[in-house]
Amino acid sequence: MAAAAAALLLLLAAAGPGRAVPGRARRDALREELLLSPLPNGDVAAAFQFRTRWDADLPRGAVSHYRLFPKALGRLVAALGVQELHLALTQGFWRTRTWGQPPLQAPAGAELWVWFQPTVTDVDKAWKELSNILSGIFCASLNFIDSTNTVTPTASFKPLGLANGTDHHLLRYAVLPREVVCTENLTPWKKLLPCGSKAGLAVLLKAERLFHSSYHSQAVHIRPICRDASCLAVSWELRQTLTVVFDTFSSGQGKKDWSLFKMFSRTLTDACPLASQSKVYVDISPKNKEKELLEVTPAPASVYEAIVQGEKRTYAVYDLLSPSLFNTSRSLNVQLKWKRPKNHLAQPATPVSSPLARYVSGYGLQTGEISTLIYNTHPYRAFPVILLETVPWYLRLYVHTLTIITKGKENKPSYIHYQPAQDRRRPHLLEMLIQLPANSVTKITIQFERALLKWTEYTPDPNHGFYVSSSVLSALVPSVIAMKAVDVEQSPLFTSLFPSSDGSSYFVRLYTEPLLVNLPTPDFSMPYNVICLTCTVVAVCYGSFYNLLTRTFHVEEPSRGGLAKRLANIIRKFRGVPPL
Amino acid sequence: MAAAAAAAADEAERARGRRAALSFAAIAVVLGLPLWWRTTETYRAALPYADIDGLGQLPFQLAVPVAVVFAPGAVPGDLPKALPFRDVQEMEISVNLRTSITSRYEMIYRSTTAQEEAALHVATAQEADAALRPLQDASLGALTMYVVPETSSLLPQGISVYVGKHRGALVRAGGGLAALRTRLRQLTQVMSFTASSIAAALSDRVPDGQLGPDARRHLKSSLGYEITFSLLNPDPKSHVVDWDIEDAVSRYVQPVLDKLSLVANFSVDSQILYYAVLGVTPRFDKESSSFLLSAHSLPHVINPVEARLGSSAASLYPVLNFLLYVPERSHSPLYIQDKDGAPVSTNAFHSPRWGGIMVYNVEAPASPQASLPLHVDVDMVRVMEVFLAQLRLLFGLSREELPPEFLLESPGSEGLADWELDRLLWAHTVENIATVSTTLTSLAQLLDKIGNIVIKDDVASEVYQAVASAQSAMARLAKGHLHSAFQASKEAVTSSERAFFDPSLLHLLYFPDDQKFAIYIPLFLPMAVPILLSLAKIVRETRQRKKEPTKMD
Repeated sequence: MAAAAAALLLLLAAAGPGRAVPGRARRDALREELLLSPLPNGDVAAAFQFRTRWDADLPRGAVSHYRLFPKALGRLVAALGVQELHLALTQGFWRTRTWGQPPLQAPAGAELWVWFQPTVTDVDKAWKELSNILSGIFCASLNFIDSTNTVTPTASFKPLGLANGTDHHLLRYAVLPREVVCTENLTPWKKLLPCGSKAGLAVLLKAERLFHSSYHSQAVHIRPICRDASCLAVSWELRQTLTVVFDTFSSGQGKKDWSLFKMFSRTLTDACPLASQSKVYVDISPKNKEKELLEVTPAPASVYEAIVQGEKRTYAVYDLLSPSLFNTSRSLNVQLKWKRPKNHLAQPATPVSSPLARYVSGYGLQTGEISTLIYNTHPYRAFPVILLETVPWYLRLYVHTLTIITKGKENKPSYIHYQPAQDRRRPHLLEMLIQLPANSVTKITIQFERALLKWTEYTPDPNHGFYVSSSVLSALVPSVIAMKAVDVEQSPLFTSLFPSSDGSSYFVRLYTEPLLVNLPTPDFSMPYNVICLTCTVVAVCYGSFYNLLTRTFHVEEPSRGGLAKRLANIIRKFRGVPPL
Repeated sequence: MAAAAAAAADEAERARGRRAALSFAAIAVVLGLPLWWRTTETYRAALPYADIDGLGQLPFQLAVPVAVVFAPGAVPGDLPKALPFRDVQEMEISVNLRTSITSRYEMIYRSTTAQEEAALHVATAQEADAALRPLQDASLGALTMYVVPETSSLLPQGISVYVGKHRGALVRAGGGLAALRTRLRQLTQVMSFTASSIAAALSDRVPDGQLGPDARRHLKSSLGYEITFSLLNPDPKSHVVDWDIEDAVSRYVQPVLDKLSLVANFSVDSQILYYAVLGVTPRFDKESSSFLLSAHSLPHVINPVEARLGSSAASLYPVLNFLLYVPERSHSPLYIQDKDGAPVSTNAFHSPRWGGIMVYNVEAPASPQASLPLHVDVDMVRVMEVFLAQLRLLFGLSREELPPEFLLESPGSEGLADWELDRLLWAHTVENIATVSTTLTSLAQLLDKIGNIVIKDDVASEVYQAVASAQSAMARLAKGHLHSAFQASKEAVTSSERAFFDPSLLHLLYFPDDQKFAIYIPLFLPMAVPILLSLAKIVRETRQRKKEPTKMD
């Protein structure tokens, strides 16, 4: 009897929150994760990831019963034949120079790229419909995506999930650099989480704190993944990521110390009861090869070491699902203190070179030049990168002026794909595979001419300038330290979005700043002035013509004339000339 | 002489000037005006305004073919003619002051065939219904009524009318032809349409006072519906709720929808929403130690939940929501009270044209120390019973109050009898045609009011198509062809909506008059003023010349 009771207790203990319930196996699972990393200049980056995995065949349309996976997105994928969907809404720009390498960068504004399934016959129509529906779901102006800002890259964007073929005609990519991201985009994003913002890590997502930051990027990634190691069946994965950078250094009176409460004005009290994993990672890897200068409280239960983006890093791990965490205090407020006195902080950190930069040069309103600088700081390895440039049609690129110069010598790209623009129909697309020698700077320049727009095509504030979306750099960067191949299901989420091919290199995708280009802007009352001027000219011609034709002419009787004539005749008489 | 010649030349010169001015005016009128008119005209294709007006009257005639079959020994003595014969009864249903609907019952009286007689020789009414089905006219809307002798044991005691699962009914004879006729008419109305069901279908046109309380409950007729079942679990920490919705849908809902697929397209999906709470805090009742939601607070329940339900971004069909609410642990058990304060037995309520909500209480664990979360497996039979009843209610399929001698066969696993489907089709056809007429009338009024709207040929052709389909639907209704009438009315709805929402209607909508004049004045003013002035001068001179001769005299 006692043994039976003990067995029952054991069973009950096993049936914890989110774990498989005896009887029917759960087919979907949620993992949530927060990664806090102090940045080199003292700011703090917080990266949230929520991953819903669903062992179901979504796109056939046969599945219609949703549990953790949001119904709105599921129906979208099913109805439009989406293979993979990546949407990012970003405010601000990731400053690589001061912040180091981004965990997951996105260009300023809205970025959407979608792979459709091979069964989709009219990809353009599906793309249009998709962007319209997404703009409804996320309250963003994605409905402004049309053929003038959509491109089909051939090499830069490969499917991140399972894919049978990579026929790039099924891919569409668009960026809206002007899009402003704010609370109204965050609310629908939070609504897609199974726990909403009621429990788990999502309680920290308070709009007034998140948008009081230097960088805010929220994204949705949907892709098919292998269900297990044998990969015979497909599961669908929805990742919702949100990255914020708080400038605690400047707002905290020059102190680098931070805590969850200081950043989010909230602390963590529990895990989402639906999540099968809920963890907080804090990057405590020693900087500058010195001994640890920082201290996290409360003391982490475990420490995780991994090689992320070619660097060996150490993370303090807090597992919100472990019962011991909330034993001592009711809430978790992770704090980080720097032990070294202030004067050490004044010493500049090792300069992290910016791997990318872009600017417009030239003067006047007729021509200009776009320059892109790519840095390779790897000490001894050369590696290839793919650069994607999307330029709107109203900047007319001269491809013959394309020059790529590395270390003073011309660098010939091994692959170039150029699709010229068509006025008012599609943008320029330029993709290049460039070999970057070790420890070098590569400068890519191309000249353009500014086109004149029709007067209805100007934006409401044309003197602000026109945005040119960020160029995209995708590369497999060779790692200095060899990495181990790890199981995706076991490793933390922040390491597993991009599939890694082998241990010797890692994938990065970087974006440049968006450009702001001035176009020749007319005076907008001009059309009316032209109308008035032409009408006046016509009216004057018409008037004199009319006058000439309708005026009646009299034969004038010669008369003695007026005073002037008499005076003239008197003068003529004096001069001896016949009078008038 | 020279003076006279000069005067003559002067006169000739003046006449030339006049002619020149007149020809300018003539050219401006003959060439300029039409040219200006043609180049600035908005293209407006002709529309069938008269036909649209005619549709607006809704001259409905609904014909119901009814076969009355007399079993041997059931023929009343006072028949006017020998069997078989035809008889038409008409009835007026007045909708509002302008519109009234004529319903024609085309009765065919005949005696049973041998096969039917054999089919009637069974023990129970249910068996007779099943046996008679293959012998009936299977087309939609056609009814067959079998009159059985007064002493027949087919019908149970005290029951004189039995309505089967299909389009047939058994009626007990007796009381002469007049009594039989009233009974038949009552039965026909039950199985096809009544004044109130037609009034509910035309609820937009019926004056407010005349509508019953249920008339606005029904869903508007649409080409498709989306049915969403949502399980709301506001307290996932204490309850892990599982529902086998897939099985329940395929077992209980799908048969009904298969039957209804004739009416519209249906799609079914389900979702589970966590931390979704109702908008009102329930009241604690000490006596029963339970929580109560009173009837007057129910309207406030839905709004906060609705924000979480998610819109159907991928389609335009109306959504029917069925929510199963598992109250949080601190608020359970939760009961809904009706207006009198008594608990509602189903613990559910519905919201007109929106859906239904059911509260599903989790049984408290035997021992309070039982560890959380509690695992709850929802009893789907109980839930689906309620939801199906609500679904029928929302489609206007609820069974009306009937005299006690009427017995309606329960529809069984199909969830819907054939004649109920007919009822739905009658109501939806009438509603569709009324919708088309409303849409087209408002489109015509709009186009009439705003002259700037371009009417393209394809919009016009959609309008013509809609009018033609609506007219053919009406013609078929008058002939009693319910199925083809419904199909035509659906086409009419599609075309009229397409015409109404065509984006090309909006292209030139914003073209205000002040801007038009600002553009016209710089050209037209300098051109028109000299012409008008010289015309005025010519008129003045002609008048003077007419006066001059009288002066001379």
